[in-house]
Amino acid sequence: MIVAQLDRVEKTYAGGPKALGPLGIAVARGEFLSLLGPSGCGKSTALRLIAGLLAPSAGSVSFPQGRPRIGFVFQDATLMPWARAIANVRLPLDLEGIARDEGNARAHAALVRVGLGDFAHAYPRALSGGMRMRVSIARALAAKPELLLMDEPFAALDELAREALNDDLLKLAREDGLTVVFVTHSVYESAFLSTRILAMTPRPGRVAAEIALASPAARTRAWRLTPEFAETAARVSRSLREAMSEAA
Amino acid sequence: MTRGLRLALPFALGVAALITWEWLVTYYAVPRYVLPKPTEIAEALAADFPSLLASLWTTLRITLAAFALAVGGGVALAVLFSQSRLVELALSPYAVALQVTPVVAIAPLIVIWVGYERIDLALLILAWIVAFFPILSNTTVGLRSADHNLIDLFGLHGASRWQVLWRLRLPSALPYLLSGMKVSGGLALIGTVVAEFVAGTGTATGLAWRIVEAGNRLQIAKMFAALLLLAVLGIAIYFALGLLEYLALRRWHESAVRKEN
Repeated sequence: MIVAQLDRVEKTYAGGPKALGPLGIAVARGEFLSLLGPSGCGKSTALRLIAGLLAPSAGSVSFPQGRPRIGFVFQDATLMPWARAIANVRLPLDLEGIARDEGNARAHAALVRVGLGDFAHAYPRALSGGMRMRVSIARALAAKPELLLMDEPFAALDELAREALNDDLLKLAREDGLTVVFVTHSVYESAFLSTRILAMTPRPGRVAAEIALASPAARTRAWRLTPEFAETAARVSRSLREAMSEAA
Repeated sequence: MTRGLRLALPFALGVAALITWEWLVTYYAVPRYVLPKPTEIAEALAADFPSLLASLWTTLRITLAAFALAVGGGVALAVLFSQSRLVELALSPYAVALQVTPVVAIAPLIVIWVGYERIDLALLILAWIVAFFPILSNTTVGLRSADHNLIDLFGLHGASRWQVLWRLRLPSALPYLLSGMKVSGGLALIGTVVAEFVAGTGTATGLAWRIVEAGNRLQIAKMFAALLLLAVLGIAIYFALGLLEYLALRRWHESAVRKEN
């Protein structure tokens, strides 16, 4: 079942060269799809096109099952600095007009799920970069998204925080049966998280290779240390490199 | 630097300057109608205290009213600008024109139009004109400075214009507004005083008029006393607004958060 479909989509920013496309992507329900590519290849643009934050210059973005409820996680935590963690998480619920009590309960539950139950009343500036990103993920989860779009969410974090967040994201995505489109430039991150990877060419970004991965059921923290993971990462890396050289 | 030193240093400097002043005036026998001694100024302040205090109150009242109207009007117009680019394009040149025309030059006109029998209203309008612009320009920038990704997020979750304004743009603008208020508070006082000077005649009863009056009578010590009160008032306004800024922002804005080591 297709949740979102990009059909021969192109994007040209005013006064610039073509940034993206032509690009065809079909996002299937329940998959964890990574868009993997070098900086500036337009993968963030692709995500914004899916979200409807940008309009395509050519081609179309469609939702065969009707427009899903979209959650978006940005590269920065993008929290409101004047609001406590719980109020930040509650924001989408507030905007949808959900009653304050129910909103608080759901926001708090989401914070507990990302491991920040004790920090509900902290202001963002009192939290570390990793914790802020957790709040940002909790905000996306609290709204029960049918399609979760993540734009290099862990790029600014240190290695340890990043791995911990990868583990937790995988667990949360599995628990909720989330459909995720995840933009990254990290081979290891995409190999660890995805069920499917689209390797993208440099600007203007197109899909150069598709890599399907085995079901992530076995993936745990320990899986990163197995030869199987190393082999998977190597395969992804090879595909990406081939994509680069084809484009060149 | 310790807190104690921060208070002690300016205080010690002030005391030293006053003592030197007193001594120089005594030593060179400077006439009191040129430069009175600090002790004479203190005497003048004590002697005329009730009437000076009444004048202070008049000046303060007009200053505060002008300031409040400047904040209200400035924020309202900035919000209007943020909602309609067309309104901003049409009005902002006039707002700038109002700002760059020296208030002293407009004052006689306003006084004539409003009339001497309602001189307080004329002073209020003049002080408002001076105090209004920093609020307008700061708030306009602040409303525009909201995080673009947050604006997108609000849009994704179906936020109305009103929700974006109330929940995102206004809080983002708050640090800018508060900083504009610190400038505007001082300008409201300056505007009031300048307007009082221009209005001249005895219908105005603020501190500026006391200075003119004392000057005409060569009561220089009284001039200094009124000047002292004006300075104290200006400092009080500045620090009150600084305190307000700190209280409003201390939990979340970098400018007000004390650095933790």
